[in-house]
Amino acid sequence: MANLRDQVGPYFGEFGGRFVPESLIAALDQLDATYQAAKADPTFVAELAELHRTYTGRPSIITEVKRFAALAGDIRVFLKREDLNHTGSHKINNVLGQALLAKRMGKTRIIAETGAGQHGVASATAAALFGLDCVVYMGEVDTQRQALNVARMQLLGAEVVPVKTGSRTLKDAINEALRDWVTNVETTHYLLGTVAGPHPFPTMVRDFHSVIGNEARAQMLSEYGFLPDAVAACVGGGSNAIGIFHAFLDDESVRLFGFEAAGDGMDTDRHAATLNYGKPGVLHGARSYMLQDEDGQTLESHSISAGLDYPGVGPEHSWLKDLGRSEYRGISDAEAMEALRLLSRTEGIIPAIETAHALAGVLKLGKELPAGSSVLVNLSGRGDKDMETAARYFGLLGTD
Amino acid sequence: MKTQDTIAANRAAGTDTLIGYFPLGYPSLAESIEAAVAMVEEGVDVLELGVPYSDPVMDGLVIQEATGEALAAGFKLRQTFDAVREVSSRVDAPVLVMTYWNPVAQYGVEKFASDLQAAGGAGLITPDLIPDEAAEWLAASDAHDLDRVFLVAPTSSGERVKTASDLSRGFVYAVSTMGITGERQEVDTLARGVVSSVRQQAPEQFTAVGIGISTSEQAKAVNSYADGAIVGSAFVRAYQDGGLPALRSKVRDIVSGLRK
Repeated sequence: MANLRDQVGPYFGEFGGRFVPESLIAALDQLDATYQAAKADPTFVAELAELHRTYTGRPSIITEVKRFAALAGDIRVFLKREDLNHTGSHKINNVLGQALLAKRMGKTRIIAETGAGQHGVASATAAALFGLDCVVYMGEVDTQRQALNVARMQLLGAEVVPVKTGSRTLKDAINEALRDWVTNVETTHYLLGTVAGPHPFPTMVRDFHSVIGNEARAQMLSEYGFLPDAVAACVGGGSNAIGIFHAFLDDESVRLFGFEAAGDGMDTDRHAATLNYGKPGVLHGARSYMLQDEDGQTLESHSISAGLDYPGVGPEHSWLKDLGRSEYRGISDAEAMEALRLLSRTEGIIPAIETAHALAGVLKLGKELPAGSSVLVNLSGRGDKDMETAARYFGLLGTD
Repeated sequence: MKTQDTIAANRAAGTDTLIGYFPLGYPSLAESIEAAVAMVEEGVDVLELGVPYSDPVMDGLVIQEATGEALAAGFKLRQTFDAVREVSSRVDAPVLVMTYWNPVAQYGVEKFASDLQAAGGAGLITPDLIPDEAAEWLAASDAHDLDRVFLVAPTSSGERVKTASDLSRGFVYAVSTMGITGERQEVDTLARGVVSSVRQQAPEQFTAVGIGISTSEQAKAVNSYADGAIVGSAFVRAYQDGGLPALRSKVRDIVSGLRK
């Protein structure tokens, strides 16, 4: 299984492609051409690297968490601290790249979808930095469970549009963003926040996030002198997971684990475990695994984590699953919240609820990996935005 | 009956062509069938029956709400064939089905084509299937002698217009404007360019203009430079406002302008 890293869209095996209205094809072609040219242009590469150094705060550090690891068993656990990036998650990596491309294309307006609000906040941040107009589509349900992030986006100058159609979550926010894009494509760049969607998004967004794994792989070698035995990340659309997996795809000794949201549990039908329980189909412009009924209607997903509450997944993950290169497992709301509590108590690091799914997965891996194994986890986001949900969940608000 | 023959006959007779959309299962399957039949009785030349879908990214609020209601009322994909069978047995007009791609992909492309042909359907309009991704559908529609309507947009390159036009059968769907379905004041400026691009790339192909057409005047104007006008949201809104009588009246209103 050599050279998995070299795979680029439009297709990852039978997955990917472009299942979108013809009206968008010219914009996707323009984006693809602009991205290809930028990638080969040292000026662009240097500009993005400099932004990451002076604005994002890259490289992000690696923290070994010994007290947390002891709870998992006889393993070592290393966190790649994307939570320390400006705006508090990995999302900024992709947003700065795409915002630079938007400027290259002469577009003056960006639109974005958001679930947990991390991508919306990152997009609003980039819009402020580059002087672009910004509209963020967010499911009405999510605007309620992430009210503080709505305020952050507004403070940054973005307009937040609550989406009231369908399940009123991330899936419907993407639909609404696509409708906006079809209408305003001449002036507007759709700053898609995950590795899903039509080509070139899955490849381009992955490339912008691959800085996570590239740094982490080099840091493991230089600071610890070995590669981890396993790499773990949470998977909703799959951007932080592919970002850290990509550098390790051709390291056969490194196992890759993606943890999906199992919501109420893997034995219930209230989950967002797309790769475990979905079937290949077409959603949001690409062929990939998705949660759907026998008629091909998209099913609603369920998760306490807004960022993982999505019935689709990026096509590269579908490909890696079918190849057997990555393993995907489910983590329930309860397991994730317990992991969130444990990392907070043992290490003084409060992770995002999304990220807590990966940490819960590590607690399980500790029981099955050989003694002495090392696991690298993408600590994709910090938990500040989740304080209200967590406080409610743990009964810390007094009146609840 | 094939769509191309209907449009060709209208052209030979110097008559304009009206293509009318209505969503299946709205507000119930039986009522949507009656609505479709009534539209032809009032003068619609070609029917476009919409399959309700959970994520209709090409549709505006009017059609989103109607198809959402159909799904909430329990619409099942297999009812598409029941409806096509009944409608095509009751009217003398081509019955096209407008569907997003995933329902067809899950049903099985070949089986969908076979069942649509058996039900008497004319073919498919596929708003989120571009020719580049359509290999399976091209084969199935050839095997079952079905129309296949691809879309061209104001932003489509000449090369893409040519491909979509060459591969379409029945007509090419010229998207009048950048945007989603819904009624608009003005449709002509970009639409003329799209139609003329099709004429240039594929002189033998018919072109119908859709998106935004809601009045008799717009339908008439479009027919002056294209081979047909497609009306959707305006019919659905009429039905929402006043049921079957309002739908009949809206169709009559548009047709009366075309037949002047």
